[in-house]
Amino acid sequence: MSAPIDLPKWADTVVVPAVSVIAAFLVAGLVVLGIGENPLTATRVLLQGSLGTGEGLGFTLFYMTDFIFVGLAVAVAYHAGLFNIGGEGQATLAGLGVALVLNNLTFLPGFLLIPLGILGAAAFGAAWAAVPGYLQARRGSHIVITTIMFNWLASVLIVYLLVNVLREPQSMNPETRAFPDQSHIPFMHEALGAFGIEIPASQLNLTLFLALAAAYGVWLLIYRSRLGYAIRVVGSNPTAAVYAGISPGRIIIVAMVISGALAGGLAVNELMGYQHRLLLEFTAGYGFVGIAVALMGRAHPVGIILASLLFGILYQGGAELAFEQPAITRDMVVVIGGIIILFAGALDGLFRRIVAQALTRSRVARA
Amino acid sequence: MSPAIQLSDINKRFGEVHANKDVNLTVERGTIHGIVGENGAGKSTLMSILYGFYEADSGEIRVGGKPVSIRSPADAIHVGIGMVHQHFMLVEPLTVVENVMLGAEGGTMLRAGEAKVRAELARLARDYGLEIDVNATVGDLSVGLQQRVEILKALYRGADILILDEPTAVLTPPEADALFELLQALKQQGKTVILITHKLREIMAVTDRVSVMRRGEMVATVETARTSPPELAELMVGRRVLLRVEKSERAPGAPMLQVENLSVVDHRGVLRVANVSFTVHAGEIVGIAGVAGNGQSELLEALAGMRQPVLGAMRFEGQEIRFADHNPHRMRQLGLLHVPEDRLRMGLVPAFPAFESAILGFSDEAQLGSGPILNHDRMIADLADKMKHYDVRPPAPRLKTSKFSGGNQQKIVLAREIERQPKVLLVGQPTRGVDIGAIEFIHRRLIALRDAGVGILLVSVELDEIMNLSDRILTMCGGQITGERKPAETNEQDLGLLMAGVTDEAA
Repeated sequence: MSAPIDLPKWADTVVVPAVSVIAAFLVAGLVVLGIGENPLTATRVLLQGSLGTGEGLGFTLFYMTDFIFVGLAVAVAYHAGLFNIGGEGQATLAGLGVALVLNNLTFLPGFLLIPLGILGAAAFGAAWAAVPGYLQARRGSHIVITTIMFNWLASVLIVYLLVNVLREPQSMNPETRAFPDQSHIPFMHEALGAFGIEIPASQLNLTLFLALAAAYGVWLLIYRSRLGYAIRVVGSNPTAAVYAGISPGRIIIVAMVISGALAGGLAVNELMGYQHRLLLEFTAGYGFVGIAVALMGRAHPVGIILASLLFGILYQGGAELAFEQPAITRDMVVVIGGIIILFAGALDGLFRRIVAQALTRSRVARA
Repeated sequence: MSPAIQLSDINKRFGEVHANKDVNLTVERGTIHGIVGENGAGKSTLMSILYGFYEADSGEIRVGGKPVSIRSPADAIHVGIGMVHQHFMLVEPLTVVENVMLGAEGGTMLRAGEAKVRAELARLARDYGLEIDVNATVGDLSVGLQQRVEILKALYRGADILILDEPTAVLTPPEADALFELLQALKQQGKTVILITHKLREIMAVTDRVSVMRRGEMVATVETARTSPPELAELMVGRRVLLRVEKSERAPGAPMLQVENLSVVDHRGVLRVANVSFTVHAGEIVGIAGVAGNGQSELLEALAGMRQPVLGAMRFEGQEIRFADHNPHRMRQLGLLHVPEDRLRMGLVPAFPAFESAILGFSDEAQLGSGPILNHDRMIADLADKMKHYDVRPPAPRLKTSKFSGGNQQKIVLAREIERQPKVLLVGQPTRGVDIGAIEFIHRRLIALRDAGVGILLVSVELDEIMNLSDRILTMCGGQITGERKPAETNEQDLGLLMAGVTDEAA
């Protein structure tokens, strides 16, 4: 047994994640070295590809938008003591919500249709998360198990719907028809272009601002609101919640609903901002990346934004890397991403200990 | 013969805090040596150094006269030091034998090791009277027996010197007596016992010598026979302490909380409170005495709205409480507030800053913010004010709740409830794990509250506390009220019998 590791806030929130990322890059560098490539060149390509060009930066920020939503979704549930693994499924259903709203209300103007589409995404994501929430709260079914199962259900359901119900009769592709033009969330290059500011074209769209607003909203909710207070009491000390007259069951359901609605943001960015139709597997596993993002960001919105940027760099830079250096395949990039998730998430405790020991040593040396 | 343990000039700092300052301690072989001090005085740090959890910044440890380096619990066990922690380190689903074996299995296959453990446990049972069902699952054992398993674990690993950290904090009085008998038996067999506690009664009852710590320093080591509780209390606190708070006679007012034939079941459906009736009037303290686990916790929870009673009736200021919508929120609105028995599990959120713990149960109050948003500045200012009045140390509203000592945490809970001007206050174990200086303060507050006309229901396993504070004493046993006494007309023996279920009718 060892005494619990208690670090100063700055060490916990800045030093430990920074050490984790550096260690991850070192190990990833060794892997690159192992397949006979130069890790420094690889790093340069990765950074150049994700931050060095306007277009690359646009793609990085586009991915970042996805990760902020799913990271926030995991974080809100986490504050209520819940591990929501179901971001994938919730985002998938949110995509269905988007498609149903946009393709059925085509007569509405854009300034109504876009908010309704966003609400549709939030409502469907929330509903899909509410069921595991309800089962946890009232039946004691473990949220990890149920959300994983709901990911599969969502995936199967959406395949069925796209193949049999929503597909355009003359199309061979399992996807809906395109959303009406007025429902597209403007691309960043279009929006800025309207003000005479020229930036390179990319997938980046105005959903980024929605994501940043959501991050602020989550901060306000969790750390400043009465509801957030209740959520944190339930997550931190459920018996104290009962003492305080806060119903843990109700809070669990509410937290899952908010979590699912946030996961829906992924569908807004991907479908309303970029693809402009509902198609299979648009979530691309980002729902799971949200877990790593939330862990690394310490479930705090600021941390989540920073972690999302890092993962955005990794995804975009990784794609460039696979393109530029054929020896480093897409799979290799996934491995490197995995190493970072491993170090940032799972091995966190290891680095906490090392940082704590270093701090104690320096303190003793000073005393 | 050289002493069992000699600590010389031990120093340990945690950041700004000098937790142990040039501490010297000699523990003679074959004695029971008490270490007392308020929370935060450095007792636990010192013992953690001796047991290898922490390394001292400077100083020397000698065991049996030989200088040793103890850098981990394994080193401590190697030189014959065993420790029984306040919070047990047991695996509940495993049996006693398996728990004792854990970490000392002696090979890949368990069979040989198990036979050895069984033989050794039988020997220990013979030598020390440490009887226990070795095949029982630890989770099914009472707390007292679980502690016995911890002691067996230490002895099995060859401990000659046994450190017990606040061993009676979780025990009922009979279990504590049994523990003390066991410690005496260990002493007879030549073992050395170090007992950390802040209960002076225990020190007087069982130790040979006692060392007093205050603010990281060892202020005195005396023969127990040559000292007294008031003297020890003064050494601990650094000033004179009233162990008994004065209170005036006062006629009780109108009935505030009336309970009739109340029955409560726990989460497993077991009847824990059976047919209980009593009344708490304005301006009186009704004490409920009883051995822990006889339904007092469930009674408090039911009254506070945390549990639905299954039968009976409850009236607050004459108004019937409907059990269908009985909840803590409603009871708070009526003016029934609750200082829970277990402040860390219920009364506070250890991970929150203190100012957030200080609104637990009241986060919906309009004046704490505007609309759905809480006003942190106001919450912080409010707690800073309360901290001044309740002498909470350090007076830092932003400090994490878990960083305060037990006594200061309890003051935060009391301030939260008392300053909201209850009509009736339920108080569970108000001074459990609280140091002497704070006990005096808390008792004064409760009496002042009673003098201000509040009805108080006090549940405590400390008989001294019940006798000191109550205007009327009810005894509880097996979920029933077994008797009622005026403090002036009873004594510990009388109450002890009632608490054991020997009722007036039977006697």
